Amino acid sequence: MSQHAEHSADLNTVQQPEHPAEHPGYGTFIKVWVALLILTACLVGMSHVSQTYAVWGLLTMTPLKAGLVFYFFMHLKYEGPLLKIVILVTLGTLLIFFALLFSDVAFH
Amino acid sequence: MTTHAATAQPSYLVDTGKRKGLLAWLTTTDHKRIGVLYLYSMISFFLIAMGVGFVMRLVQLTTFQKLITAQTYNALFTLHGVIMIFLFVIPGLPAVFGNFFLPILIGAKDVAFPRLNLTSWYFFMAGAILAVLSLFTGGGAPDTGWSFYAPFSLKTGTNVSLAVFAAFVLGFSSMLTGINFITTIHRLRAPGMKWFRMPLMCWALYSTSWIQLLATPIVAITLVLVILERFFGIGIFDPAKGGDPLLYQHLFWIYSHPAVYIMILPAMGAITEIIPTFAKRTIFGYKAIAFSSMAIAGVGSLVWAHHMFTSGMSNLATILFSLLTMIVAVPSAIKVFNWVSTLYKGSIDFQPPLLFALTFIFLFAIGGLTGVMQGALAINVHIHDTYFIVGHFHYVMFGGTGMGFFAALLYWFPKMFGKMYSKTAIYVSWFPIFIGFNMLYFGMLILGMMGMPRRYYVHLPQFHTMHVVATVGSWFLVLGLLTYFGTLLYALFKGPKAEDNPWGGVTLEWTLPSPPIQENFETIPTITHGPYHFEQESK
Repeated sequence: MSQHAEHSADLNTVQQPEHPAEHPGYGTFIKVWVALLILTACLVGMSHVSQTYAVWGLLTMTPLKAGLVFYFFMHLKYEGPLLKIVILVTLGTLLIFFALLFSDVAFH
Repeated sequence: MTTHAATAQPSYLVDTGKRKGLLAWLTTTDHKRIGVLYLYSMISFFLIAMGVGFVMRLVQLTTFQKLITAQTYNALFTLHGVIMIFLFVIPGLPAVFGNFFLPILIGAKDVAFPRLNLTSWYFFMAGAILAVLSLFTGGGAPDTGWSFYAPFSLKTGTNVSLAVFAAFVLGFSSMLTGINFITTIHRLRAPGMKWFRMPLMCWALYSTSWIQLLATPIVAITLVLVILERFFGIGIFDPAKGGDPLLYQHLFWIYSHPAVYIMILPAMGAITEIIPTFAKRTIFGYKAIAFSSMAIAGVGSLVWAHHMFTSGMSNLATILFSLLTMIVAVPSAIKVFNWVSTLYKGSIDFQPPLLFALTFIFLFAIGGLTGVMQGALAINVHIHDTYFIVGHFHYVMFGGTGMGFFAALLYWFPKMFGKMYSKTAIYVSWFPIFIGFNMLYFGMLILGMMGMPRRYYVHLPQFHTMHVVATVGSWFLVLGLLTYFGTLLYALFKGPKAEDNPWGGVTLEWTLPSPPIQENFETIPTITHGPYHFEQESK
């Protein structure tokens, strides 16, 4: 069993994701929060101009806001490359879904 | 193969903790026990849905129905579809064999998140109970079919809201299992278990998990929108309020077509484990099979709208999705060719798991080829919503996933329970299964080409002969399935003790005792070569 435990320890050492020591300060969070507020205000403003603006605003600014939340609040910035690739694959899949959906909706 | 000779740990079937009996099972975090919990649950659901399907076939024995009402018939095909899809084939192989064998195959002691794993099972059971409750509460059993198409699902007085919520809860179970498997494969592989040293079942489960993770949230949100629309009339899908019913179909199929690959990929993985073991040689084209699993997961996620060719989509979309549908046949065919090539010049040991694996290949090939037919736009218009679709679907899902499940269960049963079944009884069960299956579902393919629409309660006299053939086929099929499950049930209680490696397999599970010990390995193995390393072949 001791050999087993030793192996488990080895596994843990090898397999734990490495977290760099760098951590965001409150200043960064506040700046991101302000940016999110500004983007929300832009979005609300655009939705009052016309429906077309509202749709384009939603399509561009909402992902941008979500990206800021992912990157800073959810610590994606401080993760290793594997997790970043995973997120990019997910976003890429979503974009392909959108494109294929629009091949129908835009050409009705 | 005898590394376990001095095992100190008891079998996973023995209660060693504070809790005993049923309570120990219901609170377990052992991936093997959770796999067995899924197995028992799913076989129960399968038998119920099989009974419903059996009654549906009886209804079609006459041209004018007396057995049940039309409304009950609508409820029955919905029930059959919902149970089979959401409670058997989608979770089927990943939840049972993935849970039980994935950690073992990669040399780990458990999955990455054992408690989350048990939570997934509870979500699964909660979803199942809600689905059953939806039959007897509200306006009664849903009559929409398993696809819950809007706007009918928004208007019907039956209890669609609860059934849809049940599917939503089941979706969580699926997503959590997906997260667990992806993390397990990334983080818990044994030393030396490089990506291309993993058994191909792991690649299949990895691909499946990605689909579960990426596609399930879409249908989950869509189903919530259906509930909101039914309660608050928000007008997303209802054309009377400016909504778009085609949007529902898109969102539903963005999940539900990849779900077909959630169902079939693990079955392909199991078949890929079985064939080298009984051909006694390494798999032909390891990397081609591994990458084809990922390609099926990727391309298979982009073909959803081929379910909607007659729904009024744009011409551009129909052509695009038709092309993508043709492309997804390529990685599927790669697997079939590789399986057959593995068998070629192998030292074939013809045992029950191989028989069912070969049945899988035969039936899946028919299902796949009829699928390519439907991908062609002109043919699709002719056969849309006919029995051809029902026949094709059952060839893929039952002939594919179902037979894959049966083959996998035969292959791993001795390892899981430490008991051996009667091979003769299994051979006997195979004949009515195979004959009945083809009478039933090839009969449906012919009926569809003749123009018999699906989901109809009555049929015209010109379809009657084939309906009778299909119904008689269903009797053979049920007889064979009951013999199959009866044989395994008997073996579970009265079967002789199984050897640790009854098939001469070379992947890691066959180095363990039957049944495996609680933490799988006394010593975590160090992997030095690929998974299908047969000594006699390398000499």
